[in-house]
Amino acid sequence: MDKSDIIKPENLVYKKPKLMNDNPMHYCPGCSHGVVHKLIAEVIEEMGMEHKSVGVSPVGCAVFIYNYLDIDWEEAAHGRAPAVATAIKRLWPDRLVFSYQGDGDLAAIGTAETIHALNRGENITIIFINNAIYGMTGGQMAPTTLVGMKTATCPYGRDPKIQGYPLKITELAAQLEGTAYVTRQSVQTPAAIRKAKKAIRKAFENSMQGKGSNLVEIVSTCNSGWKMSPEKANKWMEDNMFPFYPLGDLKDKE
Amino acid sequence: MAQEVLLMKGNEAIARAAILCGADAYFGYPITPQSEVLETLAELKPWETTGMVVLQAESEVAAINMVYGGAATGKMVWTSSSSPGVSLKQEGISYIAGAELPCLIVNVMRGGPGLGTIQPSQADYFQTTKGGGHGDYRLIALAPASVQEMADFVELGFKLAFKYRNPAIILSDGVIGQMMEKVVLPEQKPRRTDAEVIEQCPWAANGKAEGRKPNIITSLEMDPQKMEVRNLHLQAKYREIEENEVRYEEIQCDDAEYLIVAFGSCARIGQKAIQMARAEGIKVGLLRPITLWPFPTKAIQGYANKVKGMLSLELNAGQMIEDIRLAVNGTIPVEHFGRLGGIVPGPDEVVNALKEKLIKH
Repeated sequence: MDKSDIIKPENLVYKKPKLMNDNPMHYCPGCSHGVVHKLIAEVIEEMGMEHKSVGVSPVGCAVFIYNYLDIDWEEAAHGRAPAVATAIKRLWPDRLVFSYQGDGDLAAIGTAETIHALNRGENITIIFINNAIYGMTGGQMAPTTLVGMKTATCPYGRDPKIQGYPLKITELAAQLEGTAYVTRQSVQTPAAIRKAKKAIRKAFENSMQGKGSNLVEIVSTCNSGWKMSPEKANKWMEDNMFPFYPLGDLKDKE
Repeated sequence: MAQEVLLMKGNEAIARAAILCGADAYFGYPITPQSEVLETLAELKPWETTGMVVLQAESEVAAINMVYGGAATGKMVWTSSSSPGVSLKQEGISYIAGAELPCLIVNVMRGGPGLGTIQPSQADYFQTTKGGGHGDYRLIALAPASVQEMADFVELGFKLAFKYRNPAIILSDGVIGQMMEKVVLPEQKPRRTDAEVIEQCPWAANGKAEGRKPNIITSLEMDPQKMEVRNLHLQAKYREIEENEVRYEEIQCDDAEYLIVAFGSCARIGQKAIQMARAEGIKVGLLRPITLWPFPTKAIQGYANKVKGMLSLELNAGQMIEDIRLAVNGTIPVEHFGRLGGIVPGPDEVVNALKEKLIKH
């Protein structure tokens, strides 16, 4: 099979989702964001919701997600995306509405908006990228930074006596009456990516069926912030993040 | 059919008027002295009649961000609060102004600073007209002086907000919000259908219709050249609003030798004060700015060579007086009279202040 055969449409086995445009991404090589963006684009396409989706982007590394996925977007203030998404969904109930937020956005400055939107059972999905660090501002401590983990604002390692403990907000969300589906996934292997996609699909479908609010945490790497190669970052995540943030469904109100 | 005249509080009038003019959603949080707004909406259950969404948010911060979310989809959304709560909303208001979204904000002012008092005040004039949040932006600010205007300014506020894609604010106070007066409410208008919203607001982010590019609502621009262009565009819009939307009322100004300038509840006190002063032979008129921004600068400037002095009557330590002084540019004396901490002065105090601060000199 030569190149001309390989590029024939009938031989296509994998392609970029139509909703992803050709704008060059600003993410660092090895970052998890690009994979999760692609999964969201695929799920929206597969659900046939290209013309009925509104995303809410955060303040943080994913602030520019609206440059890469060709749907309508609203760019929220830091932490406020669940409040913004609440209003959109209440006013346009037949739209697929989701927010995309990092750990600082969702679990520090936006804790109140996150907990209350989830507990009201808003028919939205929150995609939560947890890489345990503030990426965009240059690697400061996040609410999910592990004990002992070094960042620019805890350079000697997070000490609970000084900086307190990392917050398991997803476990908290699973306790709320309003949540339908709460899950923790990752995207460091093809198998994990497939599982994460299924989780996003389930969350989006729940939100369209009026089952309540949905939280999909993706335990992610920030190899730049962690100062590791992408490969080492994946290994470090498996060895250190997964024991504290175990993967799997925390709640599934079938 | 004769229009029905009702008796109600300003806060109730504003809630009823919003339902009647076809508003799509209200997001709020309780705070004295404006809690009757949310209470009235909850009692009237407009979600069962017009379909209007009413939601008590977890904070004023969440409420204004819900307004941001709803406004970005092209719907008619609004919120209300009182001074400390409006301080919390400032971040969101800046984002709404930066993203050029239409919405209506109501501030039923109470005394500050800090937790202050639940009694009436007009001390948020600076916050409302000079920024409040970060960045160079303006709010279209309407100051009602009666319960009737509380009702009327809802529709006017929304009209101006959508005309200029800019947040509008009704700057009321604890007097106007809490007092009961006669009011004629507008006729019920239907809410716009989703199709009408999409047609009227082609900029709105409510699902990328086939054939159009994605709509992205944001105030972010990393390139300083582009951010300057964005700012210049805002400034050009603000100049247009200043040119076209100044509103004010003149009472007995024709033969006036002195002018009281007052807005909102103070204008009502001023009205009585000019009657009392005229009974003593002092020719005083009242100029009432209805739009605090855009400010009636030219109108006030026009009186600078007609009157001997102006008294800025405000329930604060002297805020609007700065705009009056800028308007007359040092040509005549401009003095301030106001009470603080939630105290509302009587008209006799105003007449005395007029005599002591302007006439005796």
